[in-house]
Amino acid sequence: MASVKMRKIRKTYDNSVEVIKGVDLEVKDGEFMVFVGPSGCGKSTMMRMIAGLEEISDGELHIGERLANDLPPVDRKVAMVFQSYALYPHMTVAENMGFGLKLAGTPKAEVKEIVGKAAEILRISHLLERRPKALSGGQRQRVAIGRAIVRKPGVFLFDEPLSNLDAGLRVQMRVELTKLHKELGSTMIYVTHDQTEAMTMGDRIAVFNQGVVEQVGPPMELYRDPVNTFVAEFLGAPKMNLLPAKWAKQGNGAMLEVGGCKIPWNGDGAGPIEAVRDDLLLGIRPEHIDVLSDASETGTIGAKLEVVERLGDTVLLYVKIAGLDSHVAVKLPEDGNQWSRGAVVGLRPREKAALLFARSGQRVN
Amino acid sequence: MHKALKTSEPYRIMTSNPALTSGASAPSIPSSAKRKGRLTPWFFAAPGLTLLLLFLVLPFLLALVLSFTDQRLVTNEEIGTHFVGLRNYIRLFDDDSFWAALRNNFFFVVIVTPIQSALALLLALLVNQKLAGARIFRTIYFMPVATTMAVVAVVWSLLYAPDQGVINRLVGVLSFGMVGPQDWLRNPTLVMPAVMLLSIWQGVGFQMLVFLAGLQSIPLDLYEAAKLDGATARQQFLYVTLPMLKNTTIFVLITTTIYAFQLFTQVQIIANSGTPAPVDSFRTMVMLMVQEGFSNGKIGYASAISVVFFLIVLAISLVQRLLLKEERAV
Repeated sequence: MASVKMRKIRKTYDNSVEVIKGVDLEVKDGEFMVFVGPSGCGKSTMMRMIAGLEEISDGELHIGERLANDLPPVDRKVAMVFQSYALYPHMTVAENMGFGLKLAGTPKAEVKEIVGKAAEILRISHLLERRPKALSGGQRQRVAIGRAIVRKPGVFLFDEPLSNLDAGLRVQMRVELTKLHKELGSTMIYVTHDQTEAMTMGDRIAVFNQGVVEQVGPPMELYRDPVNTFVAEFLGAPKMNLLPAKWAKQGNGAMLEVGGCKIPWNGDGAGPIEAVRDDLLLGIRPEHIDVLSDASETGTIGAKLEVVERLGDTVLLYVKIAGLDSHVAVKLPEDGNQWSRGAVVGLRPREKAALLFARSGQRVN
Repeated sequence: MHKALKTSEPYRIMTSNPALTSGASAPSIPSSAKRKGRLTPWFFAAPGLTLLLLFLVLPFLLALVLSFTDQRLVTNEEIGTHFVGLRNYIRLFDDDSFWAALRNNFFFVVIVTPIQSALALLLALLVNQKLAGARIFRTIYFMPVATTMAVVAVVWSLLYAPDQGVINRLVGVLSFGMVGPQDWLRNPTLVMPAVMLLSIWQGVGFQMLVFLAGLQSIPLDLYEAAKLDGATARQQFLYVTLPMLKNTTIFVLITTTIYAFQLFTQVQIIANSGTPAPVDSFRTMVMLMVQEGFSNGKIGYASAISVVFFLIVLAISLVQRLLLKEERAV
């Protein structure tokens, strides 16, 4: 087991294209850390640098107590599960799993024992003599994880391991991977673009964007308290609504003007808000909006109901506020209410959950 | 890795008529439309099939029939053509030239196939490196393949020239003058090795290209996985590259063997150059066939040679296929 420390890590291709622009991050011993971000954000490159498959252009990488910048991959005591699984097609499952041990000169009997144990953990003992082509996607996935386990690595690296599985299997493997982490207690770094995987699996999440880490923290902390609109929008589905707003003092308190309607704002921290008072974004998650049938009530934003999606347990409403381009999503528990399209409703953001951002994306409240 | 196409796939692409794919709805379709649907694939295959029939199947059947006759190139009205039973075959197995040609052929195949294939793999590995100029070398190594064999043979006969030829000078330099100039194409023991060298040089580019395609289809993440497993460059080659090239290697070995058996142009040009080396020291089956058929006009006899030759090549290809069992992709 080992911690992973990244200090001012940079990655430049051909001396011009910088894909990682100074990442400072520490993954604690035994932690499940998720790197999440859109494609091209550098999360996979960062992982490949930890694995030793990409050179580090600048900065320091420590795995455990050792400076790992120039260590060959095998000496870093890391194991990686590839998106494509990267199983050797000409070897049996047992040979695939034991290949690293075989190269390291481990006696055959010992290899067999270690592989057998790992296969038991993953419940693939009956597949050991098969070739990868005779396995289903989920089974291949297990073999790939098994290959990582037998090496007893200090750090497990998962590169989008579930993206080739169908939806049902993905949910199942998600649970199993989390369980596996608890069982093994090893440090795991998990790369994904799927915010659900990030939210459900990680002890902590690092949100990557254009080669930098925007925010690091436990999933719910990032969800509730994002530092900018990027993090706010990336986590949560449907994503957070961002509505252009203006802030103004009103009596002892303040109010926000959104879509031509005025809603009260009692939040403090007027300083930074005031600086960008006419150019704000009100961030509100779909589940933090109450819908009133009476749009004329004070403190509500008038909107037209355009699309209704019933998911069984919840209802998603997509409403349009006059003067705004994009729809506002609202998530409500299913209560049998017959929503009619075209109806005019009043939206009331729950103030405690509302966030304010400057137009540049930074949080101001 | 790609999966093998299901057999029904091409049909579905070829025709929108459901008669081919859905048996249940077939009765409701008029029989003329059904027939048309069945014929559609044959129409698509017709041009290729016609050419194959005309230039491959028909001549072969003809050769088979003619091999049992005393057919001559220029038929004599008075004598005519007669069925002679197995006479051509019996005579063939008594003919020393036939056995010499067969020996030359086997000697050539046994030496050239493994060397050419191994060299092709080596070249493919070299030009597959991400180095500046690798593409240029790819082109250079492939150029002899695109050159007509007759031209290659003439150029090499100059290289092999007895006194001041490049080969002789090279041998002289490499052996520090210990080995004197040789008359490569006139010395009965050297003429086959000389032919082999020029043949390998000419043909290796093609196999290199096949290996290169094979190399480039190996997923890179297998090498990455191997690196993480601690495989050295040599171990990556042994445990990833070679096994992943298995099907390519089988293809290369079988085609190289078949090509090697067809050796003709090089030896024919040497024969025409007026070499004093005895013809049986380098004559191959195809050359014997051409000489008997077209120089001596014995079409029946030449046909018998071609039939025997076909059976030998077929048998070897089948044995190779059995020994090197092809593995289907994952």
